[in-house]
Amino acid sequence: MKIPKKKRTPLEVWNLIALSILLLYILFLVQPLFNLLKSSVIHSDGGFTLEYFKKFFSQKYYLSTLINSFKVSTAVTVFSLLIGIPLAYFYNLYEIKGKKPLEILIILCSMSAPFIGAYAWILLLGRQGLITKTIEAILPVTVPRIYGFNGIVLVLVTRLFPLVFLYVSGALKSIDNSLLEASENLGVSGMRRFFTVVMPLCMPSILAAALLVFMRSMADFGTPLLIGEGYRTFPVEIYNQYVGETSVNHNFAAAISVVAIVITALVFYLQKFVASHYRFSMNSLNTIERKKIHGIKNVLIHFYAYFLVFISLLPQIYLFYMSFRKTSSSGSVFTKGFSLDSYKIALKRMSSAIPNTIFIGGVSVLVVLFLAVLVAYLVVRRENVITNTIDTLSMLPYIIPGSVVGIALVITFSKRPLVLTGTATIMIIAMIVRRIPYTIRSSVAILQQIPMSVEEAGISLGASKLQTFFKITVPMMKNGILSGGILSWITIITELSTSIILYTSHTVTLTLSIYIFVVRGTEGPAAAMATILTLFTTLSLILFIKVSDGKEMVM
Amino acid sequence: MSVDITIKNAVKIYGQNVVIPNLSVEVKKGEFFTLLGPSGCGKTTLLRMIAGFNTIEGGEFYFGDKLVNDLNPSKRNIGMVFQNYAIFPHLTVRQNVAFGLKTRKLSAEEVRSKTDEFLALMQIAEYAERLPEKLSGGQQQRVALARALVIQPDVLLMDEPLSNLDAKLRVEMRTVIKEIQNKLNITTVYVTHDQEEAMAVSDRIAVMEKGVIQQIGEPKDLYQRPANRFVAGFIGKTNMITRNLVVEGNTATLKISDSYALDFPGSEHHTSQQVLLSIRPEDYQILEEDEGGLAATVDDSIFLGLMTNYFVTLETGERADIIQESPLKSIYKRGSRIRVKIHREKINVFSEDGERNLQLEG
Repeated sequence: MKIPKKKRTPLEVWNLIALSILLLYILFLVQPLFNLLKSSVIHSDGGFTLEYFKKFFSQKYYLSTLINSFKVSTAVTVFSLLIGIPLAYFYNLYEIKGKKPLEILIILCSMSAPFIGAYAWILLLGRQGLITKTIEAILPVTVPRIYGFNGIVLVLVTRLFPLVFLYVSGALKSIDNSLLEASENLGVSGMRRFFTVVMPLCMPSILAAALLVFMRSMADFGTPLLIGEGYRTFPVEIYNQYVGETSVNHNFAAAISVVAIVITALVFYLQKFVASHYRFSMNSLNTIERKKIHGIKNVLIHFYAYFLVFISLLPQIYLFYMSFRKTSSSGSVFTKGFSLDSYKIALKRMSSAIPNTIFIGGVSVLVVLFLAVLVAYLVVRRENVITNTIDTLSMLPYIIPGSVVGIALVITFSKRPLVLTGTATIMIIAMIVRRIPYTIRSSVAILQQIPMSVEEAGISLGASKLQTFFKITVPMMKNGILSGGILSWITIITELSTSIILYTSHTVTLTLSIYIFVVRGTEGPAAAMATILTLFTTLSLILFIKVSDGKEMVM
Repeated sequence: MSVDITIKNAVKIYGQNVVIPNLSVEVKKGEFFTLLGPSGCGKTTLLRMIAGFNTIEGGEFYFGDKLVNDLNPSKRNIGMVFQNYAIFPHLTVRQNVAFGLKTRKLSAEEVRSKTDEFLALMQIAEYAERLPEKLSGGQQQRVALARALVIQPDVLLMDEPLSNLDAKLRVEMRTVIKEIQNKLNITTVYVTHDQEEAMAVSDRIAVMEKGVIQQIGEPKDLYQRPANRFVAGFIGKTNMITRNLVVEGNTATLKISDSYALDFPGSEHHTSQQVLLSIRPEDYQILEEDEGGLAATVDDSIFLGLMTNYFVTLETGERADIIQESPLKSIYKRGSRIRVKIHREKINVFSEDGERNLQLEG
């Protein structure tokens, strides 16, 4: 008896989903990037040209923006590691009073838009800054100014060291206590143990954190714009070339964007190369026990942790205070006394900012979660050519600076057949594109924890593939998905570099409104909006902690 | 309704790797059938082909006379118990057990009564409303069994179900599994690498290696008359030595040493040749008297309670593992000189390459 072999049907439901997602990626990611590349090499008369690239590399001014960005990112990365690694080490090895609230505050530091920090630091340490004036009035010294390189690094480090803290804490939690005991037993303890055992074991996480910090500082746009003054970095240059008041040149902006992508891609692969030498897995049965320490060491550790958090949160605290100060009727000059005027002005002039934020952020998060869970499932459970392509494409936005995403989308969706420029839709698409790599990674991590056999059990009991997915897999991922969603939400509502390219007066969000108030010099309302945004992020963060139930945070 | 399973010429290929070259086997209706072998032998692969989770590169799989090659796993009506139990952690014990019934669109009444029946059968009714994480390993195992059995599957498949339990629970649970299987009389295919476990539960065992079934038989046959060197070594312990089989006229003898030889029946079927002897530790007997058999020196002795294990060096220079019921008098210490003889009927004689058991021929 010979039976004709039947091929498995190619149009299985998961294949259909994979194809649809691939199509979305082509439409909203590949096509815009292609158009960006095209526009960087097309002359205004339509012919091929490399003149924009020549211009960029031949003029010292443009090249210097790149070098400046590199310097800033390197400095920020180094300082964030120098500050974040010891903090994580102290936090996880020693008993620190109020460690839970401290952790929340550390995370909160990372969750405000950096430019808001920059703005607050100007109020504190700028030419007319509170601290500057106070000190210079009392002491015969000149306080170093906040503008330029130093200011940018200060602002970004206070925003980004928490990422290092979170990553390294995660690694420390997966180290088995017996490894530390073994090293002590062999006569290696204290600092030597830190450098010979703890650091190497944390290396994969340290490298991952370093990459993230580097990418974020490289792509940050608001901070150098506000506090950089003469110190130009290339995200600012891209923005100026694209929407600036003088000499707008879209093709040149596209060319700079392409250079930016190439550089971040190189950094990305360099990191992957280095990280590949540090791959190992740990299985911790007994996590490290926090030790009580006494005396001066104890005091120093507490001081280090709390002083760091205080400095990092100082901008928010100061803006919170300023938001309740009385201002002139326009909101631009602070006067004596306290009032709620700033809030009234802010909410009157930017009445749609809060609904816009909730709408754009909310829709983006829902779509991101929906797509990310599907992609994660495809990548982990249905490996084939299509899903591998999706996996690669999904990581692409990781290396693309936010402003570049914005420009690529504008170039693509300003003309027929699909005109989206100026709509909330394009903002939503941009947020989805930017945020999806992170959510996919965290969903993949969750899914890899779920053994395949659980789904097979569902199928063997008679459930269909989709039934199994929605009844078994998704509920098991629920908490992870939800906490990932809240994190995405926080990132999206504090996002500036993409939305600043895409917004119109109808799609102003909270973060954009703060930026607009700052630029216009209406500082009272800016402080008020910043406080509202901080309230939003703080509440979201508390929700996140409730949902994630002490699990690791994946940024 | 329980069915028999027929597998004809099954082939499994992963990429360039042929995991199962050509395998045929029949599992009888209601039988407890075990696939036994070392890790990587293809036993789990074969089980997953039966379940429908692995693709089939060749051959035919029948449940009864129904070809199931292209049948979706959810349509095969199998009950499967996984190595890690694969209990749905977000559902209570009751919801876990009821899951398969609900997908079958049974009435709420029926779901409830059947679930209750199997919760009671597996003695987990008191945990019905708990989440699985609150259960011990043995209790989770019972949930997994109840969930697989409640749907009244045609076939029960079990993939190393006891390997995550501690030694004591393992023994307890295998009795539970055997009893339930007897009671429901359901065709069961069971995968394990633990030969003792296989012997304890199975009606028949297929010993697999490198994707090939080496021997199928009842536990007793596999132990006492292994088909080849692999089976002899995998099931139980054994000492292997190479010797000459000398056939002269009507008599055949196995020359163990210059002064010690054993008769070998069936001289008419064999010619003189080198053979491989498989002598289990209990096939040696330590002699009380100081003559006959083989001389040996005790290298080490281990008192195990009921039995005592001796590691000895024979006069021929080979080492042997011997086991005896513990005597009341003191056991032989290291360095003792003893004499041993071999229980001729119990040993197995293989061709020199170990591929054929000469006693199973002729």
